[in-house]
Amino acid sequence: MIFLQHIGTYFLMISEMFRKPTKWSVLKQLILKEIEDLVIGSIGIVAFISFFVGGVVTIQTALNINSPLIPKYLVGFATRQSVILEFAPTFISIIMAGKVGSFITSSIGTMRVTEQIDALEVMGVNSINYLVFPKAIAMLLYPFVISIAMFLGIIGGMAACVYGGFSTLQDYITGVQLDFIPFHMAYAFIKTFVFAFILATIPSYHGYFMKGGALEVGKASTVAFVWTSVVIILLNYILTQMLLS
Amino acid sequence: MISVTNLHKSFGDIEVLKGISTQFEQGKTNLIIGQSGSGKTVFLKCLLGLYDYNEGEISYDEKVFAGLNDSEKRNLRSKIGMVFQGSALFDSMTIAENVMFPLRMFTNQSESEMQDRADTVLKRVNLKNAHHKMPSEASGGMQKRVAIARAIVNNPKYLFCDEPNSGLDPKTAIVIDNLVQEITKEYNIVTVINSHDMNSVMEIGEKIVFLKDGKKAWEGSKDTIFKTDNEAVSNFVYSSNLFKKVRKMYLNG
Repeated sequence: MIFLQHIGTYFLMISEMFRKPTKWSVLKQLILKEIEDLVIGSIGIVAFISFFVGGVVTIQTALNINSPLIPKYLVGFATRQSVILEFAPTFISIIMAGKVGSFITSSIGTMRVTEQIDALEVMGVNSINYLVFPKAIAMLLYPFVISIAMFLGIIGGMAACVYGGFSTLQDYITGVQLDFIPFHMAYAFIKTFVFAFILATIPSYHGYFMKGGALEVGKASTVAFVWTSVVIILLNYILTQMLLS
Repeated sequence: MISVTNLHKSFGDIEVLKGISTQFEQGKTNLIIGQSGSGKTVFLKCLLGLYDYNEGEISYDEKVFAGLNDSEKRNLRSKIGMVFQGSALFDSMTIAENVMFPLRMFTNQSESEMQDRADTVLKRVNLKNAHHKMPSEASGGMQKRVAIARAIVNNPKYLFCDEPNSGLDPKTAIVIDNLVQEITKEYNIVTVINSHDMNSVMEIGEKIVFLKDGKKAWEGSKDTIFKTDNEAVSNFVYSSNLFKKVRKMYLNG
């Protein structure tokens, strides 16, 4: 029953997010600030993880290809498919649930604890629109981060492949270009947009509706990370089933 | 004037406010006092519309709050200033930006007009050279003054303060109390202060509503509180030896 109540409250929050909008001049500044905090601030860690995980995917694939009948260029092919279809959109989103999600929950939760949200409400400001909407809009640029993750994942794979001596640069590039299906990119970016909305709204929900003090802010951040990850994994399954099968 | 009639508020099975009726007058500092858990904060949050109440009526200048539509409520709220117990300044903004916030949200003033107005109210609360500080860099007393400046910057008709001098030293507490009273007179606004500080009661209590267990147990002013024989008020006021002595001196002339 409490579970249903949470779902209901979450959707009410989403509808409230689009009501009584904040003045455009103020909203513009908020969106720019959120882009800086949520998107630009995440590029460094995403680039680092993508490059090295791309390399690991390549090494693992190369080490598991023992048969001389399997061509070496399949290493590049497998890396591209893994990175574009799953690693960049899904795995990076789980990481972002930890980085961006806990930041959102703790910042909104602290505003709740210190009565800053009450202050907004008393002034007649739609606090959900003021706090959550700019985050959702800023996260529309999240596919830009995922594009970087895809690119660096494949480059990391290439570096590991060539410098590790698993295949030649030419073989790797041939594999990366082999049987490229453009819809796979569309599939990856559809997932990314859905995950971006989840990353902005579920942590906001846990921060906005939390009760208690500093300890509860920490707990809310953990719960937000868990639920954001669970929803991302479930939606990943549903979207894959709908779009690829 | 704010009128409250037969206000009831429950959380689940627990009834916190049990039929409170009173009026808060314009140009006066109205105090809600009572022990912790008596329902003061819930009462204040009902007045502000942060809590929905179960029964009764709250009217702002004869307009029933519950009967207003969303736009009318927004309009009314833009005329309300609030000083929260912990100041509730926005961490991500400087002191000047905090003060300008209501102007930025609800007026079409230019940046220079907003800055001029912020300068004026910051001077009014005796804060100088603090514009570019972040709230975390300001002392508790300074934060309270900034909160008062933010509350009055948009010329409110109603000012609410939730324990405005809690956590402050006695001297700063008196400064804040006097500041709130001066602003009330200067702007001729309805000021409602939630407090359990007897110093505040004696300094600025032009109208006092005493709550006990969610009910209004007594109503009066700082001039009548020493004369009352209401047991609940006496227990509250004279829990301190200091005030027992003050009362004795007062009654002995």
